[in-house]
Amino acid sequence: MSKLTVLVFAERRGGAIKRPTLEAIATARRLAGASGRVEVLALGPGAKGTVAELGPWGADRVLVIEDPALELYVPEAYPACLAHAAERVQAALILVPGTLLGRDVAARTAARLGTACATDLVEIEFSLAEGLRGRRPVYSGKAFERVSIAQARPAIATLRPNAFPLGEPHAARPAELGELSSPIGADRFKVRTVRVEQPEKNDVDVAEATIIVSGGRGLKGPENFALIRDLAEALGGAVGASRAVVDDGWIDHSHQVGQTGKVVSPDLYVACGISGAVQHLAGMSSSKVIVAINKDPEAPIFKVADYGIVGDIFEVGPALAKAVREIKAS
Amino acid sequence: MKVLVCIKHVPDTETKIRVAPDGRSLDESGVKWILSPYDEFALEEAIRLREAGVASEVIVVSLGAPGCRDSLRQALAIGADRAILTDEVAFGSADALTRARALAAIAKRESAELALVGKYGVGTDEWLTGPMLAELLNWPHVSGVSKLDLAADGQFTARRAIEGAIEVLEGRLPAVLSCDKGLNQPRYASLKGIMAAKKKPMDVLSLADLGLDPSELQSPRLVRVALELPSPRRSGRILGGTAAEAAADLARLLREEAKVI
Ligand SMILES: Cc1cc2nc3c(=O)[nH]c(=O)nc-3n(C[C@H](O)[C@H](O)[C@H](O)COP(=O)(O)OP(=O)(O)OC[C@H]3O[C@@H](n4cnc5c(N)ncnc54)[C@H](O)[C@@H]3O)c2cc1C
Ligand SMILES: Nc1ncnc2c1ncn2[C@@H]1O[C@H](COP(=O)(O)O)[C@@H](O)[C@H]1O
Repeated sequence: MSKLTVLVFAERRGGAIKRPTLEAIATARRLAGASGRVEVLALGPGAKGTVAELGPWGADRVLVIEDPALELYVPEAYPACLAHAAERVQAALILVPGTLLGRDVAARTAARLGTACATDLVEIEFSLAEGLRGRRPVYSGKAFERVSIAQARPAIATLRPNAFPLGEPHAARPAELGELSSPIGADRFKVRTVRVEQPEKNDVDVAEATIIVSGGRGLKGPENFALIRDLAEALGGAVGASRAVVDDGWIDHSHQVGQTGKVVSPDLYVACGISGAVQHLAGMSSSKVIVAINKDPEAPIFKVADYGIVGDIFEVGPALAKAVREIKAS
Repeated sequence: MKVLVCIKHVPDTETKIRVAPDGRSLDESGVKWILSPYDEFALEEAIRLREAGVASEVIVVSLGAPGCRDSLRQALAIGADRAILTDEVAFGSADALTRARALAAIAKRESAELALVGKYGVGTDEWLTGPMLAELLNWPHVSGVSKLDLAADGQFTARRAIEGAIEVLEGRLPAVLSCDKGLNQPRYASLKGIMAAKKKPMDVLSLADLGLDPSELQSPRLVRVALELPSPRRSGRILGGTAAEAAADLARLLREEAKVI
């Protein structure tokens, strides 16, 4: 019987590998089993440095293309590299972290290879005989769809961040290094990233956070967002917001959770003074644990909450920050 | 320069989702349909480019959800010049690559130099069509554009939000750009626009016109096997007492029961 080879695209931003890529590698390892192979593609200068880091999560080999032209995202070139690697290792399945960059790369790669891509999976199975079966949220999380890619190869999937377990790294598991020559000539790019602007305050992005504390109009005014920031700090989380307060200019759009903001699935989501409109729920209802703090017992947010406190956020917020700090110190 | 605006006809985002008896599709009874919200930004941007003299013609295209004529008619009322649709039934279960192939065929047929799409089609939430279309045309693309400067010579600068940062990209047409919130403020159709739309051309293309093989549509690479409603969350617990008591209870439960802190 032939063996399954899974290729994983590693996203390196500013040289660092983030958790969604590790989740994809761990998932690839599970699907490939002991007899299959997990190949990981890392692009850009310094990619070789990821080999030691990725082995313990399940990579058998890290393929690197250290072309300096790949340091910043090139929408045409990254898919060309991924398609090149897929052909080289004869991958039957390509897993890509479902970040904004990953989704983009996966889609274009699928067209290049004439295959199908299942986006934003929260469950995945793959066998050489039956192909890919996956489950994905649709209608902004109001339903789930089961999809199948039975024949097209390689099947491509993007995995929703924080939906797949990481497991424990195996420290003694080394990965090999494989160097690929660059399949692209630098002068051929018709679009390139010229710069990446970081916000002044380098907050944790809600899309990458495992704990999020969000504030809504119940906070009454922008100055009171300090309370949300303090609670987020106590919990070690990021700050999110409803659209109402983003539209009113209390906080930047990059913090907005929901249908026209970011879709998040953290381990813990704390909604403070947020009513729970469907468009807000669309962005956070797949969070693992939801806490709602709202003075209105009828607020729809309580319908999705695991734990609720009916009360004034100006009292409950500081009390919770204090209680969390105490329990963490104990 | 002709601009192609790709429009998806989707259930209103407020729709209550019910599963049809086949167990794999949406029960469409009582569903209100809209132009996918991100496609509104694409349409608005195209109209502005024409008003600025950068674009010569705005062509809207929609591939076959039954009823997509309504969204096309609306786009014409808002300001597009002409519309193209395809054989309505055939695209029902087509996968993204087939959709992108059809759109690429239309872009070529029209000699368009810019294709604008939405960041994603609301509902199926696939995020695939734009980058796929670009690859098939061998054009560059930028996804999730929230600010665009496009000069008459085709040189452009686009900004897009990524996790925790903004990427600034430069390039030159032809290109596919997918549009995000923030790009512009879409206008509504005026009464005059609604009247004018009735006389604007709407062409229907067949699969043969697009050079597509019917078998590709009949056996999609990706099949939607089932549609399911989420399992109801176990009903939550309301914590009572004073603010301090409820907060202390919550902190303990988050640690001991939910194990998230
Ligand atoms: C096309 C479209 C897209 C949208 N996209 C998004 C999106 O991406 N994200 C999003 O969030 N919204 C989105 N919305 C808006 C959404 O419909 C709601 O208007 C918005 O989420 C409401 O924000 P809110 O909960 O902060 O405000 P409100 O609905 O005004 O709720 C405020 C809540 O605070 C509570 N409150 C008041 N005082 C206190 C207090 N002292 N202590 C505790 N609680 C208090 C109130 O009981 C109330 O429940 C969208 C809407 C549309 C039409
Ligand atoms: N059936 C369709 N007809 C026309 N354009 C489409 C269609 N499906 C998707 N698109 C375009 O591609 C974008 C992304 O859609 P999707 O890949 O489905 O998330 C949409 O916002 C539309 O601009």
